[in-house]
Amino acid sequence: MSNRLVLRRRAFLGTIAAVGGGMALGWRIPAPAYSQGQGQGVGIWVSISPDDTTMVRIARSEMGQGTFTGLAQLVADELDANWNYVRAEYVSPDENLANKRAWGDMSTGGSRGIRGSLDYVRKGGAAARAMLIQAAAQRWNVPATECNAANSVITHASTGRTLRYGEVAADAAKLSVPGEVTLKSPAQWTIIGKGVKRLDTVDKLSGKQVFAIDVQLPDMLNAAIAQCPVYGGTLVDFDADKIKSMPGVRHVVAVGNDAVAVVADKWYQAKTALAALPIKWNEGVNAQVNSAQIAELLKTGLDAKEAGLGQKHGDVEAGLAHAAKVVEAVYAAPFLAHATMEPMNCTAWFANGKVEIWVASQNGDASLAAAADAAGARLADVKVNKLHLGGGFGRRGQQDYTRQAVLIAKQVPGRPIKLIWSREEDTAHDFYRPITQCKLRAGLDANGNVVALHARLSGQSITAYQMPSRLENGVDRGVFQSWSKEEFGYKSIPNLLIDHAMRNTPVPVGYWRGVNTNQNAIYMECFIDELAHAAGKDPLEFRRAMLADSPKHLAVLNAVAEKAEWGKPPPEGVFRGICQNYGYGSYTAAVAEVSVSPKGELKIHRIVAATDPGHAVNPQQIEAQVQGSFVYGLSAVLFGQITIDNGRAVETNFDTYPVMRIADMPKVETIIAPSGGFWGGVGEPTIAVAGPAVLNAIFAATGQRVRTLPLRLSDLTHA
Amino acid sequence: MITLTVNGTSRNVDVDPDTPLLWVIREWLGMTGTKYGCGIAQCGACTVHIDGVATRSCQVPVGTVGEAKITTIEGLSPDGLSHPVQIAWLQHDVPQCGYCQSGQIMAAAALLMQTPKPTDADIDAAITNICRCGTYQRIREAIHTAASVGGKA
Repeated sequence: MSNRLVLRRRAFLGTIAAVGGGMALGWRIPAPAYSQGQGQGVGIWVSISPDDTTMVRIARSEMGQGTFTGLAQLVADELDANWNYVRAEYVSPDENLANKRAWGDMSTGGSRGIRGSLDYVRKGGAAARAMLIQAAAQRWNVPATECNAANSVITHASTGRTLRYGEVAADAAKLSVPGEVTLKSPAQWTIIGKGVKRLDTVDKLSGKQVFAIDVQLPDMLNAAIAQCPVYGGTLVDFDADKIKSMPGVRHVVAVGNDAVAVVADKWYQAKTALAALPIKWNEGVNAQVNSAQIAELLKTGLDAKEAGLGQKHGDVEAGLAHAAKVVEAVYAAPFLAHATMEPMNCTAWFANGKVEIWVASQNGDASLAAAADAAGARLADVKVNKLHLGGGFGRRGQQDYTRQAVLIAKQVPGRPIKLIWSREEDTAHDFYRPITQCKLRAGLDANGNVVALHARLSGQSITAYQMPSRLENGVDRGVFQSWSKEEFGYKSIPNLLIDHAMRNTPVPVGYWRGVNTNQNAIYMECFIDELAHAAGKDPLEFRRAMLADSPKHLAVLNAVAEKAEWGKPPPEGVFRGICQNYGYGSYTAAVAEVSVSPKGELKIHRIVAATDPGHAVNPQQIEAQVQGSFVYGLSAVLFGQITIDNGRAVETNFDTYPVMRIADMPKVETIIAPSGGFWGGVGEPTIAVAGPAVLNAIFAATGQRVRTLPLRLSDLTHA
Repeated sequence: MITLTVNGTSRNVDVDPDTPLLWVIREWLGMTGTKYGCGIAQCGACTVHIDGVATRSCQVPVGTVGEAKITTIEGLSPDGLSHPVQIAWLQHDVPQCGYCQSGQIMAAAALLMQTPKPTDADIDAAITNICRCGTYQRIREAIHTAASVGGKA
């Protein structure tokens, strides 16, 4: 690349010394607003200030799902803290690395925030409680066993003496952390299970919350980026001279082998100059790929001989051969973008071989590793400042934008560079929800019982794209989400085959909130509805009979049916659909009530949703997640589609990639039915039932089966 | 040099008059509560008040603002929490990720100035801001709550 341009070199040389000095002194600017800094660390999970302020340290990322609050509840309950004193702050990934990952996995995805860390964070709270009690007992010179704690106060039972946590925290901090602690039983919980308000709300009401895109640092420059629009294409050349005199422009740099960035005083200047930059791409071998070809490719998988096995028992072909009636249907779901409200961005500061980043990431450890790799720095020379995410939904588990920010910063050493993707870049360069089709065939006996079912998935594999080494003999187990033996509720089907013909495309794919449960639940639950109809049975009764051996699946189904008064006719012109699913360790079900005008206008009036996540840490946050699941899931079902033409995404922004707005939002009534004994996820499982409930209701209203998504492509006019 | 009145204060900025007001607020004035979401007036994350009217600042060239009074989320109430919409938002625990909420709050506050007791249909028509977390149900409830206590502030 001959065209790399360093404008105003003088200014660059003038700042490096000063900033270099600042690097040594000035890690972590700005200090996060939530960091109190006066607390005594009692163990690694809790730090308590003299005024009893109790800071709980959080390793997972807050992206709106409420994990900051939920994890703090787990710790605070075992700690017997007064919830009014509890605050939360991030553990930094570099701190985690330097302490041999004492805070565990930072990856935030798969609805694992609570269920994946509840054991060790609760132990952290319990250990801190024991240390505080021990410190008080020593001060009173009594055995610790005579003392108890509640509401951040330690009491010596026989004398009635009390000490606040804040009064003994400094002493407790010097004690060794007990290796063995006993956790409370669910009956003893006082904070877990309560719908306490979120800990992170106030700053989100006043504009004070600093998201990664809001980071401002001394001497900071801003970068706008253009990546080769064709997947797999590369950068050939650009003509920096054409834009170097535009306002604010400082540098034009290649980023990796497939992108170019303009660095300017202000981001808007960088973006404006970038739009005027002549760029030559090598569009590569994918330049002719389009959606029609991809659909044809997937079609070849529907009947292909070779397929990866998901689940099998009995003999499906024999079952079908002897069936009184065979029903067959093909469904299709498109690529989907995440469309987080905050576009991808990262600020990076490279100086003296070290790098510091400010990033919204679902995986702080991976951000650190990506920054080190891009900078060519040692892991120990990377600092990572995590900021709350303006939406994640799986997109921010990827580190492409982190890497790019560091690659740019490395070419402009000594000055922090904030890289912001335009919305158009964000839509064009996602790791999309993979495209799939599904062919379902089932046989019914003379009584309308399902005697055989074959679900053949065809489509792209996330594992093949992201981590091919994790394929098992060429099979991606992830595509069978909700359909594994353990998860699948319809155990009474005597002949069952679920398999997957992998058909990969050049389009980047990744984890999209709910991942494969979304389309799998649509395929299965809409098809089960088709079978009920073919059998002449009520969709609820049909499912009930098939779920006889799956009591927890059945319980949530019954819960929504009861609340929606399935047995009673709906209001005039309103029609109902029902479905259930299991995913991410939780049982979910939904009833949708819709009307469709003769002109085909859909109105979703009401949703009744039930979830059984085993234990419910914060019912209010679960309710928010369930409501949000319908917004995210129905946005996809109603509107969402990324189409490919000439090797690139056609959709660019919210005008061509529409999503639900408040006028589209049905009233969601949430039933939280924790049955105890297990810990399921909350953020993702309910999305799966959003689509099928509505699609089945649309069938009830119109007699039309919508099998190709999104719905807006279908004409719902009816007599 | 362009003179703007932002949150009651007169501010001079040396900027190309074609620059969208959003970026002048964020980058030249350093006030980051107003968010970039789409740049094409689709999502509403950049909503500010211009002479009391909810306006998507990403599509307003700064040179066209003139003497109109601009209010951003930072200027909605003196302490950032005491506008009836902010109080109702806190009461209903509305935000999730929070990124769109500045715009949602500004849109709701403007609605209540025009229509002190909005119906659900009024809310549907006026609040067209995108939220990807899906806080819509609580936004609707919170607007009704703010209206019930005299949400005009």
